[in-house]
Amino acid sequence: MRKIVKPFLPLVVAASTALTFSATAVAEWTPKKPIEMIIMAGTGGGADQIARLIQGLIEKKDLSPRPVIPINKAGGSGAEALRYMQDKAGDDHTVLVTLNSFYTTPVIQKELGVDVSKFTPIGRMAIDNFLLWVHSDDKEITDLDSYVAAVKAAGVDWKVGGTGSGQEDSILTAMMEKEFGYEVTYIPFPGGGTVAKNLVGKHINSTVNNPAEQNEFFRAGNTKPLVQFTAERLPAYPDVPTAKELGVDIEYYMQRSLNGPPEMSAEAQAFYIDLFKQVFDSEEWQQFCVDDGLDCGEWSAGDDLAEFHAVQLKRHVELIEAVGAEAITGE
Amino acid sequence: MDVVLSLLGAGLLEALQPLNLTMIIIGCTVGLLVGAMPGLGSVNGVAILLPITFLVPPTSAIIFLAAIYYGAMYGGAISSITLGIPGASTAVATVFDGRPLAQSGRADKALVAAAVASFIGGTISVVLFTLFAPPLASFALKFGPPEEFALMLLAFATFIGLGGDDIPKTIFSILIGLVLATIGLDIISGKPRLIFGDISGFMHGINFLVLAIGIYGIGEMLWTLETSQGKVTVHKVKMSFSSLVNNLKEVKSYIGTTTLGSVLGYFVGTLPAAGATPASLMSYGLAKTFSKDPDSFGKGNVAGVAAPEAANNAASTGSMLPMITLGIPGSPTTAILLGGMIIWGLRPGPLLFTEHPDFVWGLIGSLYIANFATLIINLAFIPVFVKVLTMPFTILAPVIYILCVVGGFAPTQTMHDVWLMFIFGIVGYFLRKLNYPVAPAVLAIVLGPLAERSLRQSLLASHGDITTFVTRPISGTCVALAALLIAYPVYLKYKKRKLGKAAISESA
Repeated sequence: MRKIVKPFLPLVVAASTALTFSATAVAEWTPKKPIEMIIMAGTGGGADQIARLIQGLIEKKDLSPRPVIPINKAGGSGAEALRYMQDKAGDDHTVLVTLNSFYTTPVIQKELGVDVSKFTPIGRMAIDNFLLWVHSDDKEITDLDSYVAAVKAAGVDWKVGGTGSGQEDSILTAMMEKEFGYEVTYIPFPGGGTVAKNLVGKHINSTVNNPAEQNEFFRAGNTKPLVQFTAERLPAYPDVPTAKELGVDIEYYMQRSLNGPPEMSAEAQAFYIDLFKQVFDSEEWQQFCVDDGLDCGEWSAGDDLAEFHAVQLKRHVELIEAVGAEAITGE
Repeated sequence: MDVVLSLLGAGLLEALQPLNLTMIIIGCTVGLLVGAMPGLGSVNGVAILLPITFLVPPTSAIIFLAAIYYGAMYGGAISSITLGIPGASTAVATVFDGRPLAQSGRADKALVAAAVASFIGGTISVVLFTLFAPPLASFALKFGPPEEFALMLLAFATFIGLGGDDIPKTIFSILIGLVLATIGLDIISGKPRLIFGDISGFMHGINFLVLAIGIYGIGEMLWTLETSQGKVTVHKVKMSFSSLVNNLKEVKSYIGTTTLGSVLGYFVGTLPAAGATPASLMSYGLAKTFSKDPDSFGKGNVAGVAAPEAANNAASTGSMLPMITLGIPGSPTTAILLGGMIIWGLRPGPLLFTEHPDFVWGLIGSLYIANFATLIINLAFIPVFVKVLTMPFTILAPVIYILCVVGGFAPTQTMHDVWLMFIFGIVGYFLRKLNYPVAPAVLAIVLGPLAERSLRQSLLASHGDITTFVTRPISGTCVALAALLIAYPVYLKYKKRKLGKAAISESA
């Protein structure tokens, strides 16, 4: 239990005593039935792969007395999953694997009535990255400049694929539209895996997939990355320049975290923080992060994660204002 | 090819190792039982069994998961035939003729046909997989949104053949299903649609199982209660070794339909978006359209059980292809297989075939063995399943009723869906009484969201130009076939009416 209390050290003494006080009860709570792990995206995408790996690691290492069951609720850019979690308020056997649509979907779709700041933060497993991908057969496109030229020449006939509208892919696409002054047609698909397949099959012209979603096709020579939207070059892609290096001020990340529904009991929250911390610290998880270009250096949980969410939420509201909600949803 | 055969040989030998063979037998039995229980969910079943896979080497584990998957595909037919409730969308088409066969005391015949057809479907598809996997993987990539929509159109066209003589009533039923399919969150913009104010239970849309169990389970039971008027009916089914042999001899009467269904199912299954449901339905539609006796379909034709069962098993093998080469699982159960692969460090993708041939061919080898194992286990269990039907209706009805409620509650675990299921049951009873076909509505709710998504993606890409569906070669072909499929029954009806008139004038 001490391990969990440690990250909260900067907190005021009163708060930390309260936490240690509740620690006695914490050790006693264990799940009574299978844990539903809701994925706010379709099968085969980055979130899905992560959820299924977590499920497997929990089983393999026997970390939970009850199994974890991943369930995909991809509808409406994660709206289906968010609303499901909201309606599960107070439930101790449901957790959500998030994408950045965790922030954007409730802002764009106010009628959903979902407030994610009420959700119970558990732990951040990784920070995922974005690269710009085109098909390898597009020989004339070799770098960002030739890409922008090709998009401008094609105009709205240029088709960019992504997962859902109002989701991270569409925000990044809208940021690029604004930066380079072009307009493309954005086509939403149910998951990153389907997006990758449509790029390889040349049904779309480009995408901003995460590394995990394109890596195998890149290795097979089907697709190629042009630019990465990170602060520094990823070890997995040492030859691909970052946007910043090219003088383009676009940097975008995606958190991959676990969150409970609103009003989850503190005991259950503590159990899940401990559970996912063990997964995070496992050799298998850290290796997966290295192989798939994710950043898993820093663990963030509980109140620390809530603070991170608050900052990200504010940033996304600003981003949506800057590019306009219409540019993102394509309406 | 030699390389493939030697790899497959090694895969088969691998699957025949004592440990692996045990895993196959346990997996098939568990899968069969899980698949046979409507709505109880193979996802939960497989997830709970996942720990077992960590006790054995990775290859055995993947073989175990594949065996469960395979067994569940067989099992789906069992509840469709004996109870008349399809446990999965892939088994809806099996109800059409399976249920009437069971009601007329020929459940054993239907179950044997389902088992044999599944076996043939499975065998043909693994052979096709062995021979044509790489070229088909690249063919599947040619399927973009317009092609997917054209394929759905083709599936809808086969409905027209399903509805019997009354084409307007069939179209009405399809439209009801499509309207129900739009309930929930818009798949493109995420806005809620038709949620009747703000009833949160409608947000996740209408689950297929809720409609299917409502109509086939509750609705059918109400209908049976009314028609039997309280008389206690017991189905007399005798099951002996000689009747089994007799049933097996009948295979040749539906071998043609089964083969056609298997090939069709495999090809449809290899397409990432489609899967086994449209495959089974199209197979049923084709079997009926090209049968010498189309009127007997829906009233208990054995070919009507064999065709969809062959196709859905073939499609489930086919759907291994997009999972292995593209990482897109076709069903929740395949998604667990995918999860298993990721844990053992195997990343699905175009290179898996060349970098881990031992894994891929070991999996295919295990499918050959699982196919045999499931056939034998299934045939052995048939007397047990048939026994269910010999129970008096006064016992059977409450059992079915409880299974319906559990099945309706299980997928989303909300009472909202249980109430909805009862409403569908009552509506289904009236539709049945008024002679409306309900199957098209059930299938429209499964295919509606797939069709809507691909239609809207295509129109986004073409800037609203609908000619995109006819100018692209593959989708153009599908659209043309769909038009023919709609026209054929209409033409037959016209011809029949003309013949009928001629006969009347002759006799006069």
